[in-house]
Amino acid sequence: MEPLLSWLAVHQQIIYIVILSIFLGVEVIGRVPSVLHTPLMSGANAIHGVVIIGAIIVMGQASDDDYAALILGFAAVVLGTLNVVGGFVVTDRMLEMFKNKKNGVPKS
Amino acid sequence: MTGLLPLCYILGSVSFIMGLKMMSHPATARRGNGIAAAGMALAILGTLFLYRQQGQHLRHYVWIGLGLLVGSVVGVVAARKVKMTSMPEMVSLFNGMGGACAALISISEFRHQGVAGPFVLAGMFIGSISFSGSMIAWGKLSGHIKDVAFKGQHFLNNGLLALLLAACIYEGFAQNLLMVYLIAGVALVYGVLFVMPIGGADMPVVISLLNSFTGVAAACGGFLYHNPVMLTGGILVGSAGTILTILMCKAMNRSLLNVLLGSFGGGASVQGGPVGGAYKELSLSDASVVLAYAREVMIVPGYGLAVAQAQHVCHELEKLLESKGVNVQYAIHPVAGRMPGHMNVLLAEADVSYDKLLEMERANDAFPNTDVVLVLGANDVVNPAAQTDPSSPIYGMPILEVEKAKLVVVNKRSMKPGYAGIENQLFFQPKTSMLFGDAKSVLQQLIASIKENG
Repeated sequence: MEPLLSWLAVHQQIIYIVILSIFLGVEVIGRVPSVLHTPLMSGANAIHGVVIIGAIIVMGQASDDDYAALILGFAAVVLGTLNVVGGFVVTDRMLEMFKNKKNGVPKS
Repeated sequence: MTGLLPLCYILGSVSFIMGLKMMSHPATARRGNGIAAAGMALAILGTLFLYRQQGQHLRHYVWIGLGLLVGSVVGVVAARKVKMTSMPEMVSLFNGMGGACAALISISEFRHQGVAGPFVLAGMFIGSISFSGSMIAWGKLSGHIKDVAFKGQHFLNNGLLALLLAACIYEGFAQNLLMVYLIAGVALVYGVLFVMPIGGADMPVVISLLNSFTGVAAACGGFLYHNPVMLTGGILVGSAGTILTILMCKAMNRSLLNVLLGSFGGGASVQGGPVGGAYKELSLSDASVVLAYAREVMIVPGYGLAVAQAQHVCHELEKLLESKGVNVQYAIHPVAGRMPGHMNVLLAEADVSYDKLLEMERANDAFPNTDVVLVLGANDVVNPAAQTDPSSPIYGMPILEVEKAKLVVVNKRSMKPGYAGIENQLFFQPKTSMLFGDAKSVLQQLIASIKENG
């Protein structure tokens, strides 16, 4: 019990962020019309591409002679960028279809 | 200027929240995506140039820049080139990339620190499952991989999952170097086995679920680096993705567990009452006459239309009929196609105007006044068993009540049952006629035939 409690005390702020984000995520998309399920999923997919930041940090901290770390980091940066850039572009292409035609925006 | 990076991160986090919020409304969706993308760019640039670890800059700028460049170019080209009908598998592919990225970060961090903390293990574990699972989902949607189900599969999967969790806990204490790679490897295998038995048409739900997994894996990275933007972005996607998954299941009137057990795709032979009898076939020229002389036509597009990529031809038929004074509308079931909302995207791509797309409830109100319903490759969403047969696996799912119309023309490739493996009594009803063939070629022939008859 003791180590768990001290762990909670040390990471209090982060745990607050996590709990509040969970509720926020639920609230934010609570009433999405089914028409938008696919684009929203794609948009959320692009947002978790934020993992690229971790990849950049990993790459930027690798030692010069640690080739394995450099290769791992480089691969992570490429994959993360694919996720972010591809994700946002695909979402934009889907949503482009929803732009105002002659009859404006669809009713949800 | 130490406050600049936190500012970037705060703006990034806010943009993600705003972006998701705006993406849930049709009018603001596209702007929302743009805002989230701008926030992401800010967070990435901020990290590149302002991040300090014990006063040290990041190094290897050339390599990082090269990685960003390669990823961006490939990402843009792939995302631009992909056909609208293949969007779902593209999302799955990108999702897998994110999962792999999270797993690689964890492995790098483990090599760097020499210690496998709980978040290193969690990031690697979840990221690996997300990666291999997404690859299988991609393969299934693009038709490279078939559904594979065998006896005791769920037992094997759950056993493997329990073993993995136990291995992670053990590793937390033992800190065995080899064990980390072993866990990553087994997690990859688990991801494959997890998605394998699930029916191909359920992939959207699975992708949505894996999407939220990747979110959690990204959040693990946020823990590792005490990075608030990774944390909020990851958790936000984790929770929003889970809710979205549940919403998708609800639209099909099924539970998530039911989807994951794959009981739908596999157990095709389990059937209630006997269904059958004789069905009527309609010739192309008869169908073209019926359509051209109707006043109200309702098109019900489904999976078959998406597979045949017939949305443009479909719009052409609609315009031709309209020019003959027929009022043509579309009845869109919430889960028609490969993903919820898929039909709307496809038809919008073919420039079908929005006021012609009726959602399920409005369509059901309109069917009694409809002369001809043209069902294009849809099956389960028009199966009356969902309302009449309590033993049917789809009993209770809201359907399009096409049998209320005066005449129903069903285009299918064959009499084979739909993906749920259920016979459809609709096809044997007296007012239903079958028009066999690939949706695209049938529509093309219909158009030619209507034009010919002037």
